Amino acid sequence: MSVRPDARPAGHKPPFWRDRAKRALIFQLILVAVVAAFLIYIIGNTQANLEARGITTGFGFLSDTAGFGIGQTLIEYTSQSSYGRTFVIGLLNTLLVGGLGVLAASIIGFIVGIARLSPNWLIAKLANAYIETFRNIPLLLQIFFWYFAVLRTLPSARESMAFGEAIFLNVRGLYLPQPLFESGFGLIPATFIVAIVASIALVMWNKRRHEATGKRLPVFWMSLVIIFGLPLLVLVVTGVPVTWEMPVLRGFNFGGGITIIPEFLALWLALSIYTASFIAEIVRSGIQAIPHGQTEAAQALSLPRKLVLRLVVIPQALRVIIPPLTSQYLNLIKNSSLATAIGYPDLVSVFAGTTLNQTGQAIEVIAMTMAVYLIISLLVSMFMNWFNARVALVER
Amino acid sequence: MIHNKDMIPEQPAPKGTIGPIGWLRGNLFNGPINSLFTLLGLYVLYLLLVPTIQWAFINADWIGDSREDCSRVGACWVFVNARFSQFIYGLYPSEEYWRANIVFAMFAGIIAWMVIPRLPFKRWMTVFALLGFPVAAYVLLHGGYFDLPRVPTHRWGGLMLTLLLASVGMIGALPIGIVLALGRRSNMPIVRTFCVIFIEFWRGVPLITILFMASVMLPLFLPSEINIDRLIRALIGLTLFQSAYMAEVIRGGLQAIPKGQDEAAAALGMTYWKRMGLIIMPQALKMMIPGIVNTFISLFKDTTLVMIIGLFDLLGIVQAALSDSRWLGFSIEGYVFAAFVFWIFCFSMSRYSQYLERKLNTGHKQ
Repeated sequence: MSVRPDARPAGHKPPFWRDRAKRALIFQLILVAVVAAFLIYIIGNTQANLEARGITTGFGFLSDTAGFGIGQTLIEYTSQSSYGRTFVIGLLNTLLVGGLGVLAASIIGFIVGIARLSPNWLIAKLANAYIETFRNIPLLLQIFFWYFAVLRTLPSARESMAFGEAIFLNVRGLYLPQPLFESGFGLIPATFIVAIVASIALVMWNKRRHEATGKRLPVFWMSLVIIFGLPLLVLVVTGVPVTWEMPVLRGFNFGGGITIIPEFLALWLALSIYTASFIAEIVRSGIQAIPHGQTEAAQALSLPRKLVLRLVVIPQALRVIIPPLTSQYLNLIKNSSLATAIGYPDLVSVFAGTTLNQTGQAIEVIAMTMAVYLIISLLVSMFMNWFNARVALVER
Repeated sequence: MIHNKDMIPEQPAPKGTIGPIGWLRGNLFNGPINSLFTLLGLYVLYLLLVPTIQWAFINADWIGDSREDCSRVGACWVFVNARFSQFIYGLYPSEEYWRANIVFAMFAGIIAWMVIPRLPFKRWMTVFALLGFPVAAYVLLHGGYFDLPRVPTHRWGGLMLTLLLASVGMIGALPIGIVLALGRRSNMPIVRTFCVIFIEFWRGVPLITILFMASVMLPLFLPSEINIDRLIRALIGLTLFQSAYMAEVIRGGLQAIPKGQDEAAAALGMTYWKRMGLIIMPQALKMMIPGIVNTFISLFKDTTLVMIIGLFDLLGIVQAALSDSRWLGFSIEGYVFAAFVFWIFCFSMSRYSQYLERKLNTGHKQ
């Protein structure tokens, strides 16, 4: 081996700007300094601006009296309640529309996604038309459509559309009968929980028996019967301890029953329909991602078609479907903040809207609002990581 | 032994399995449940299409200039007609429309150039689209140079503003997104932490709170003598929001490049920036284009949110026109028009991204 004439002598150290580790350290220190300087600049400006406007920082305003009304409150609230209470009200309303939206969007999305793969040409095309229409129109436009063009043009309370004598729909919202629970009703939820525990035990027993003997029972139908049949049986035996309070027209408006405000209906409809179009695409691509060889191999083992789906296709498809599905759920919850455009009292509308305007505490209010969404995102992504680790392919 | 010495001639396929009847049997009436679904689907189609066509075309009124020209049986497109130039240009002064038109034409030209595969000089066109076009568009739209009268930004609106917000958000987000994505994959722990926090923060909060923040908090962050235009504030919010999503798309593309590429380049003695600029990015960017188009589609739809902080984009100007007392009660027409415009843009973009995905996929199949 020949020695190159310009080879460096042993022990020679390169100058620090050629040393990768030192360069990285210097670069990172510069970055920290720049970010710190930026933050100090911003904080200094903010303090000066706040002093000029006479706003005191801090969270003391949360205990002040709010003094405004809110159209939909899940817990008790009056205009004498505090600003802190408006935060809770807004958060609960956001979670309500988010939760119900996730539920409806999943149902519609799965149905449309499976219909998209239907062997029936017409059904597949209809599902495709649904997806392409609703996912290419901005959500805010869809919310406006449902609210201003559909729900705000409904007839007044006196000429409401009636479905039977129990459900009424008019410009002020949807009126449903409210169940009033009498004594003895507590038994039914209790039975429900017992039934769920029993069916879980049944499924586990069936699995063990299946592994031991190869025989299996139709546990899905059996647990369905247990979960819904048992509470129903108790309901009948105890003599149906529920009465319904019907909405009744009094003067210009309905009284009694449950009122669902049109803002909620519009937001819920638009969120569900819009997100469902994305979920449908996710479901379709998840099912299509399973190689055809998997199905064929399962058929070659003469598994019946139902079991091919349940034991081979769906478990593998779920691995593909769940990650983008949860990010769609997250999008739905974040998109529910568009409520502010039609005045549904969600977190952004009530807290970052009215409360912010009344108190002027922009920094605290926006920080609290953003923190809520960040925490929800964080929780969901933690779940995602846990799920991914659980279902990840174990490669050998 | 009995066997036939002659080949049996080819028989035509049974009548029921070929042609339109065969297609119908195979795809629509294949078993009783399927037939039921087909009939149900036809009924739904009938319920949806017939009233829609009657409303939108047969009974609609097209010509006129006031609400009296509408019979109110079908759609009143007179409303859209009367407001059309406002929907496109916002409150831009009508004698200056030609300036907006030139920008529109340049925009369409660039898009066409990029989309049609046969045209040459794509790279130079990209450079122009990213650097030259924004400057030219600003000079033309804003004015104040070359004797062009100044048009303040609060008069910009309509489709013009929607396209402007989406393009600027996109062009601004691309470089920030690349830097963030490289930072997130960097070996330097502090850089990586900053990038992760930045990306996850913007991705974790709704756009509307970012726009609120941009319009309420940005003035607080800056010295009181600096007064930022409302449009610029919205653009800053949109760009930062978009850059976080862009970073994730770019990171996905970078991850798809085999590690051997980077190692081979390093073995040739290339520096980090040369490896990224000459080896990794050109391969990764190609694979990222569909993802970038998809984030652009969502940005395009999300620009509608700026109406909540008081800018008049296409949806904002339609909403404003609906509350005009001379034209009350035409909300469906207004929304259908806006939805149609948005749909055309988003649908063609998503088709283009699907086409690209198919086209780019072939090179990597083994």
